[in-house]
Amino acid sequence: MTATLYDPTGEFAPLQRAPLAKPATLSGLTVGLLDISKARGDVFLDRLANLLGAQGLTVKRYKKPTFTRPAPVELLQQIASDCDVVIEGLAD
Amino acid sequence: MHLPEGFIAIVKQDCPTCVLVDPVLHSIEGSGLSLTVYVQDEPDFPSSSRVVDDRSLETSYRLHIETVPTLIKIEGGQERARVIGWERDEWRALTGLASLGSELPAYRPGCGSLSVQPGIAEGLAIKYGDFRLQSRALAVPTLTDDIEYCFERGWSDGLPVVPPTAERVYRMLQATTRAANEELGRMPPLLTACTVEKVAINAVMAGCKPEYLPAVIAAVEAALDPAFCLHGLLATTWFSGPMVIVNGPARKAMGMNWTGNVLGQGNRANASIGRALQLTVRNVGGGKPQETDMSTFGHPGKLGFCFAEDEDTPWTTLAEDRGVPRGRSAVTVFSADGPLGCADQKARTPEALIYSLAGSLRGLNHIHMVNAADAVVVIGPEHGRVFDLAGWSKADAVAALHAATLVEGVDLGMGTAPGVTAKNDKAMRHKFRAGGLTLVRAGGPAGMFSAIIPGWLVKGELGTDPVTREIRS
Repeated sequence: MTATLYDPTGEFAPLQRAPLAKPATLSGLTVGLLDISKARGDVFLDRLANLLGAQGLTVKRYKKPTFTRPAPVELLQQIASDCDVVIEGLAD
Repeated sequence: MHLPEGFIAIVKQDCPTCVLVDPVLHSIEGSGLSLTVYVQDEPDFPSSSRVVDDRSLETSYRLHIETVPTLIKIEGGQERARVIGWERDEWRALTGLASLGSELPAYRPGCGSLSVQPGIAEGLAIKYGDFRLQSRALAVPTLTDDIEYCFERGWSDGLPVVPPTAERVYRMLQATTRAANEELGRMPPLLTACTVEKVAINAVMAGCKPEYLPAVIAAVEAALDPAFCLHGLLATTWFSGPMVIVNGPARKAMGMNWTGNVLGQGNRANASIGRALQLTVRNVGGGKPQETDMSTFGHPGKLGFCFAEDEDTPWTTLAEDRGVPRGRSAVTVFSADGPLGCADQKARTPEALIYSLAGSLRGLNHIHMVNAADAVVVIGPEHGRVFDLAGWSKADAVAALHAATLVEGVDLGMGTAPGVTAKNDKAMRHKFRAGGLTLVRAGGPAGMFSAIIPGWLVKGELGTDPVTREIRS
């Protein structure tokens, strides 16, 4: 059953949560590249890694065990600990 | 609500008296009178021909049925009279059937109506009554845990909160006579309207029982008094947060703790009242750590800091000192850091104890800080006994502590010690402002200890003062 809860706040926050603000520049940030294990995702991400590396950015690579399931919590925590921004390859 | 003309009866199968009167109802119908039977549980149970399924309990709720069977006479769509339970003479008088129920005993009490059963009554009041919350309703997405949802919305202080459902908020609001939409003030830092309803929702989340709500409301009102300076207190880089001390009969009514581990965990009222105040500040006012709450360290009591005073001592109580007579209940809010222990197992005279307490107090904030933060000193029972046996009043102890807490003042750059300059360094000055030391009694029976609870560095007109509010129903 879907629960209905009553807002305890001053109700300034929108019903839908806004995504985090995008950084104005990648300069000095660590970029994570997450391969979700879809076919040929690595081709795209390899090229991105080259381009970002050429800008002098720190790039870290991650891979989900399978695209069929959400990423393991350990992986999410590792990415959140290591990186400022993340690029996720979502499709073939 | 449309009511059928004639007689209506409200029954349930799970009631022996209803089972007993079922043939009577049948005979009312047989005598040519119009009868409609509303049944709360098993629609097949009544033997009468006109049966209405009231398993939703809507009709029972709207007719304010408390006992089944209830027989009601309806004329012109209006109720004219009702009888409750089985009382033969009353049923005969109401129906005008002189020989009704001759085979039955003269009297049998009825059973409780399902519509007033605890847990069901609240749901009916929400569904069919005029209970409306002004706060927006948020549907937790399917397959999402409701407690996790509260975390995701940012409503939590870091511990799980009780999800504020309509039923829980309804039950909470039943504990006060005050209107849900009454505004208690503007909650900083966002200066949002803080209504009784918002306080009730946060009290649910904090884990309060409904009977704690009047104390929580009083604490919120006290914290919103400009003298308390809640905005500055929640925003400061200093450690302090609000602390609530409860006096009067409400302490016992709520089952509060003023003995062992009084400042610690383990008592629901102590833990949840303080937490409800802090959740209200967080959620209604938006005062969140690392945002508007800029505290460098904070302290564990910022999850909630509330306790009751031990009033079974010769001393006047905190509330009495602040103008609330004994026999009435009150909360007092202070700014408070975490407690510091003061041990003295050898003092047998008040003078010796003052020496020890004053020594601990002189070091607060900084050994050379004058006009330091106010402090609450919680005198434990074994220390209190030393004062009591010597006949020292609280005022005696406070005066002695002020006299024994002179320190060499140094300008520490805090801007809180006017008159202290490099030139007059080391002059002996009062550590605490007049009225800056508050003594209360609490604690477990064993241990010659007292607890010192310093407050926010900025006090008085520039900052915070303690505020007392009576607890009203």
